[in-house]
Amino acid sequence: MKLLEYEGKDVFARYGIPLQKRAGIVKLGENTESLKLDGPGPWVVKAQVLAGGRGKAGGVKLAKTPAEARELTGKMLGMQMVTHQTQGKALTVEEVLVDEACDIAREIYISVVLDRKGCCPTIIASAEGGMSIEELAQSHPEKIIKLPVDVEAGLLDFQARQLAFDLKMPQKNFREFTAFARQLVRLFIEEDASLVEVNPLVITGVGRLIALDSKIVTDDNALFRHKDLAAKPDHEASEIEKEAKEIGINYIGLDGDIGCMVNGAGLAMATLDTVKMAGGDAANFLDVGGGANVDQITRAFQIILKDPKVKAVLVNIFGGIMKCDNIAAGVVEASKKIKIGIPLIVRLEGTNVKEGREILAKSGLKLQQADSLWEAAKKAVAAAK
Amino acid sequence: MSILLNKKTKLIVHGFTGAQGTFHSQQCMEYGSKIVGGVTPGKGGMEHLGVPVFNTAQEAVKTTGANAALIFVPPPYAADSILEAADAGVKVIICITEGIPVMDMVRVKKRLGAMNSAGREVTLVGPNCPGVITPGECKAGIMPGYIHRKGSVGIVSRSGTLTYEAVWQVTSQGLGQSTVVGIGGDPVQGMNFVDALKLFQADKQTEAVIMIGEIGGSAEEDAARYIKKEMTKPVFCFVAGKTAPPGRRMGHAGAIVEGNSGTHASKVEALKKAGATVVDNLSEIGLAVAAGLKPKAKTKAARK
Repeated sequence: MKLLEYEGKDVFARYGIPLQKRAGIVKLGENTESLKLDGPGPWVVKAQVLAGGRGKAGGVKLAKTPAEARELTGKMLGMQMVTHQTQGKALTVEEVLVDEACDIAREIYISVVLDRKGCCPTIIASAEGGMSIEELAQSHPEKIIKLPVDVEAGLLDFQARQLAFDLKMPQKNFREFTAFARQLVRLFIEEDASLVEVNPLVITGVGRLIALDSKIVTDDNALFRHKDLAAKPDHEASEIEKEAKEIGINYIGLDGDIGCMVNGAGLAMATLDTVKMAGGDAANFLDVGGGANVDQITRAFQIILKDPKVKAVLVNIFGGIMKCDNIAAGVVEASKKIKIGIPLIVRLEGTNVKEGREILAKSGLKLQQADSLWEAAKKAVAAAK
Repeated sequence: MSILLNKKTKLIVHGFTGAQGTFHSQQCMEYGSKIVGGVTPGKGGMEHLGVPVFNTAQEAVKTTGANAALIFVPPPYAADSILEAADAGVKVIICITEGIPVMDMVRVKKRLGAMNSAGREVTLVGPNCPGVITPGECKAGIMPGYIHRKGSVGIVSRSGTLTYEAVWQVTSQGLGQSTVVGIGGDPVQGMNFVDALKLFQADKQTEAVIMIGEIGGSAEEDAARYIKKEMTKPVFCFVAGKTAPPGRRMGHAGAIVEGNSGTHASKVEALKKAGATVVDNLSEIGLAVAAGLKPKAKTKAARK
């Protein structure tokens, strides 16, 4: 799960990571009176959306006076934002963070990620912060520092010193930085994060070290031991995705018009690929899980049909432990409960497939059967046209 | 021969008496696997499915002589069970559990690594995987036994149902499998593609290998390097997730394109360059293997 900037900064604060003073957070529909704008200013007004490139899209503004800060906040709330990371879609700004602004003398990039190959947390840092680390990795890979960290020991003192020297940390901020880096790693490990990023970490004109932005991605598998994080809303998931999650179905909405119901994540991915190859586009990724019973199948149909774009439904189930005849009975049962007014294509394979196909054929349901995934995909694409 | 499991494999099951453990242990036993006992703390002394239950893995291994462990323990406790099985001395640990925190697996990998450096030989398969099966000899996992057939094709995959799909196509072609290994869909896992390919390369029964990858991480690219350098047996690949949107986890915790890494294109390109056959259409993998295995005698002669 991805945290918004201010949610990430709340976690930072718990770990003593230095931050700018916050004036407040305003949600859509609230008024801006709650902002505590009692300092001399200026303030920075930031749209809380889960996408990089906010600055260029008008989601980060500087306000010189309290009145301006309130005005900018009001304007930003409800704004539709498209950045290079939103894939052409617009995100609605539902929350705005207002922090005290600071002048910036230097920008540094630092993050902690999981190195899948090395199986350990790894610090990625660069003395040249502020820009996209991916662009920097392409153009100047030598400017990127990678430092693997032991999961049990955390960042060792000599590693922290080494990092500080490599980043040319000024003497004044040296100890502050090594403490910060150790805490960032501690946060990554203790909070079960899969990414913690500070971009930029700045040194201000008067020589203060400040984390200006925050990005935290948490490991969903570990939410059972982080009740505070588990209670937060998932800002990335759509309403249908949230609903699916609640009933134990893995659903991701996509742009196409062919609804897909598949058992297993890998097969679900391969089904989307096959639909594309057959000339169509899937409306969703949906994994009904290994033990697809009548209940799960009924719920999965309900979820798929909530998307108004869907013009045909492709069911691709490989019956393993759960036998095909049971699955076929499930499909029949489910389609009795809910009216499926659009073409339905079913491909069953695996254990008891003959019996399963017979049940579907005799059911009187208007559906097309297919022998292979390829045939099913072609039929679904034709039906959706 | 086969890899990881054979007729002599003696299995203990962690989480034996739970619903999942019971159901799948029964299925494995019906297939002919030798499950010699189970581990459920607090239920030691009981009998379940006709075999003894032990409080600890150490006691189970000491009493039964088990050399492999199958784990169905729920996510919060599964990492601990893996380490308990390793400590008790089994050589192969297969963890089915889905949803283990990544940081737990990082710790497990570190400890298993230390054990192996100290001279122990422990192989972990999974977690979040369907398990391992050597057709006709031993099934340790949740895969449907019925779709398999003894033969010469080794299969290794990051996905459960995609493995079944590949197995089924191979069986439908009149061929069979030497061993089928599900390495799982998590970002940090035990055995990886290269480990499995090494075993298949060394295994006499295996004549060709099917490798089913997916987006995320760099395991397929690593496999490509190994294939190019060391593999003399033909490798047939499919990589799922060509159309997956970037930045979203596609069901498996490890199936995600992060920035420029883990893309479908990079994996396919690396595998093709390494000389592996990559099918774009999943429905064609069985046919591709069948076609590739026929002129086998010829290529062997040519290589000499």
